[in-house]
Amino acid sequence: MTSATAVRPAGGAAPRRAGSGPGRRLRRHVRRYWQLWAMVAPAIAFVAVFAYVPMYGLQLAFREFDFAAGITGGDWVGLKYFQQFFDSPQFWTLLRNTVVISTSTLVAGFVAPIALALMVNQVLGRRRKKFLQTATYLPHFISIVVIVGMLQVFLSPTSGLITRVVGLFGVDGANFFGSADAFVPVYVVSDVWQHAGWNSIIYLAALAGVDPQLYEAAKIDGAGRFSIIRHVDVPALVPTMIVLLVLNMGNVLNTGFEKIFLMQNPLNLGVSEVIATYVYKIGILSNQFSYATAIGLFNTLINFAFLVVANQIAKRVSNTSLW
Amino acid sequence: MRRPLAALRRDTPGDLAFKALLAACSVLVLLLALYPIYFVVIASVSDPAMVATGRVWIVPREISWFGYEQILADERIWNGYRNTLVYALAGTALNLLVTMPAAFTLSRREFRPRRVLMFFFAFTMFFSGGLIPMYLLLRDLNLLDNWLVFILPSAVNVFNLIIARSFFEHSLPEELHEAASIDGANYFQFFARIALPLSMPILSVIGLYYLVQHWNDFFTGLVFVRDYSLQPLQIVLRDILISNQAFSGGAGGAGGAGAGSYAQQYADQIKYGVIVVSTLPVIVLYPFLQRYFEKGVMIGAVKG
Repeated sequence: MTSATAVRPAGGAAPRRAGSGPGRRLRRHVRRYWQLWAMVAPAIAFVAVFAYVPMYGLQLAFREFDFAAGITGGDWVGLKYFQQFFDSPQFWTLLRNTVVISTSTLVAGFVAPIALALMVNQVLGRRRKKFLQTATYLPHFISIVVIVGMLQVFLSPTSGLITRVVGLFGVDGANFFGSADAFVPVYVVSDVWQHAGWNSIIYLAALAGVDPQLYEAAKIDGAGRFSIIRHVDVPALVPTMIVLLVLNMGNVLNTGFEKIFLMQNPLNLGVSEVIATYVYKIGILSNQFSYATAIGLFNTLINFAFLVVANQIAKRVSNTSLW
Repeated sequence: MRRPLAALRRDTPGDLAFKALLAACSVLVLLLALYPIYFVVIASVSDPAMVATGRVWIVPREISWFGYEQILADERIWNGYRNTLVYALAGTALNLLVTMPAAFTLSRREFRPRRVLMFFFAFTMFFSGGLIPMYLLLRDLNLLDNWLVFILPSAVNVFNLIIARSFFEHSLPEELHEAASIDGANYFQFFARIALPLSMPILSVIGLYYLVQHWNDFFTGLVFVRDYSLQPLQIVLRDILISNQAFSGGAGGAGGAGAGSYAQQYADQIKYGVIVVSTLPVIVLYPFLQRYFEKGVMIGAVKG
């Protein structure tokens, strides 16, 4: 303490330097490792500008948007826009649609890759296994626009491929795109079709790591094929399942905006309008920036809460967690 | 207790049933995955009336190139194609230029701030400012209706950054760096001459991920760009496939003529053709690239 005061007269800059220990450490670190810093700096800059500046802009949800004053210049209105959203007639519909679509996708999208991996893993012969695996994840790389386009031609009530196949089973002229009831099943099934193969890769890797002795032991104990799957394969997948489930929980309300938006039509809007598409329409198409920001923030917060809670549960129950 | 080994080898009736079930399921899954894609291809070159009446199942019938002729003549598609090529190539180049060095730094154990920085990056995977603040930011930066909007905001994909970092951590032996430092190499030299040449597998993997991401990007064009001459392929595809916009040749506007009509059949053929044309690069490259795609998942899984 005394020595610090003794140094002070040396110059105006001295006390500031002495007072900012971490800052000085950082500066020394940057000087020592400037090349490493230089390599990571562009990435930091891009993420700071295009991810953190918009987070700072979230305060718009609590302000009146002022065209001249910019994002942070408008009058503070507190929770007005959140209140407006909760009171709006759309609130419960949007929430219900979002939850229905995302949880059905979450469940089907979670189970299908596991089942697929367990099945592919049983196939004998490296090349056959490889071929099956490769074929199933090809659809993952098709763009969403093309997927929805394919759905439209395949589900056309008069000439669609799927309509005709369904017709073979006695359902004539099914109009999948024109009916609100079919929206969620079509969305979920096509999602599983597109991504189950890709998402099964990670499970297949986990299965490849199972100790072969376990299989031998199970066989000697007289376990049948299904009970080997049940008692050896499935337990081997549990850690992977938990990590993926937690990650997916963080996206509970993050329904795929693009696909839903593209699949929307006046006939299914009652079940297909979700928070993400509503934010786009309110914000970008009708310029109610503050209101749309508030709705978006609500969505993000719910997701974040789900992620944190799911992670805590996973940590307590199984010692597996993201952080 | 011990059974003769032969009993383990011979197929019991249960085993046979299991194998039959497995084979049936495999074939079904294979058909489900590939047939829709195959059908699009054969439908795009078959006579539209044959397709519409359900007589095309296994091979194309009464070959007709009408759809492709229409597509070849359509200015929008080729303009969109060109735009997408430019955005995808320039974008991927920038992606790699930014991601690889950053991943290298984050993989260095002596670089203490890396934990804080990893949090700084990973946090953005779970929390974001959302659509409107992003829109207003891009407006302030004059990036709306600007081709750079397809490239700059997506410069870093945190997931790919983590994959690349894991690769550097796990497959770059520390001895290499020690040896290089003894020879007087600094970090730049070590990265450029040793680390990067050794990381071609991961460079290909995340390069491909980025390329596909740009190729399939629909959102950016939809939300941030009004100028049609800047629009990428996916927006043009949306207009043709989903909004049923008419083709220059007059075919394609489906709505009024009534479903199942003659015009509708030709519109459908054009759609099949457009799907083939737009997805062709991915499908053709796919068999050669798939092992790279898969590798990315594996490396990413080592430590997410």
